[in-house]
Amino acid sequence: MSGSNSSIRTPMARARGFGSAKRGTEHFWAERVTGVALIPLTFVLVGVLVFLAGKDHASVLQWLANPLLAIPLVLAIATGTHHMKIGMQVIIEDYVHSEPIKFGALMANTFFSYALGATGAFAVLKIAFGG
Amino acid sequence: MAEVRSPVERPLSPHLMIYRPMLTMMSSILHRITGAALYVGTLLLVAWLVAAATSPAWFDLVNWAFGTWPGRIVLIGYTWALFQHMAGGIRHFIWDFGRGFGPVAREVLTQASFVFSGALTAAVWAAAYFLR
Repeated sequence: MSGSNSSIRTPMARARGFGSAKRGTEHFWAERVTGVALIPLTFVLVGVLVFLAGKDHASVLQWLANPLLAIPLVLAIATGTHHMKIGMQVIIEDYVHSEPIKFGALMANTFFSYALGATGAFAVLKIAFGG
Repeated sequence: MAEVRSPVERPLSPHLMIYRPMLTMMSSILHRITGAALYVGTLLLVAWLVAAATSPAWFDLVNWAFGTWPGRIVLIGYTWALFQHMAGGIRHFIWDFGRGFGPVAREVLTQASFVFSGALTAAVWAAAYFLR
């Protein structure tokens, strides 16, 4: 797009209509909801990990098979990976200004976050359902 | 559309290097850095879970890697980033309600976030050693 003085239209006129996608509030809210959910989930997660640290494989499997541990763990993984996905999205949008690289990075972020979430949740469920 | 330039050179708003570093500013940057670090750090949690779900040999290997000194330093850093990001998030949540913006309150909140993350990190690692 030429920014020359050949047009009498002001930059503001060209910018109008190309504003935000009007999804900001939804994003803001999702960041807060997942963030608040992650406060208790993180304490449970860290507590479980401290408790299980140093235990042998068989007893770790036995403990993780308990739904009282497995369910919060799956919730922590699902909420955590969604939170990190929308957080990294903001970082990408702030610093990457080349459109092709930005769209590529946003897609890679989504794929990575959800792949990590699915893998972690699958591992817990596999253990919970008896290996 | 991003490359449209104004024909008139208008002044830009003051940017980061204009300001003297302040605690709230540094903790804002730190909030983003810890968030990005946790993004990568989640791989550690998933690696541990996948190893546990796979076989005793893989589980022992990952546990061994986490138990080495570099592994432990990374895990301590991960624990601290987790609690620092949590404290920063709680602080932002307070600010979302329009509270804690006063010159004293914002400093106290920020200092409290460092006390929170430092104390919890120490408590978690102390608990990990005493439970063993």
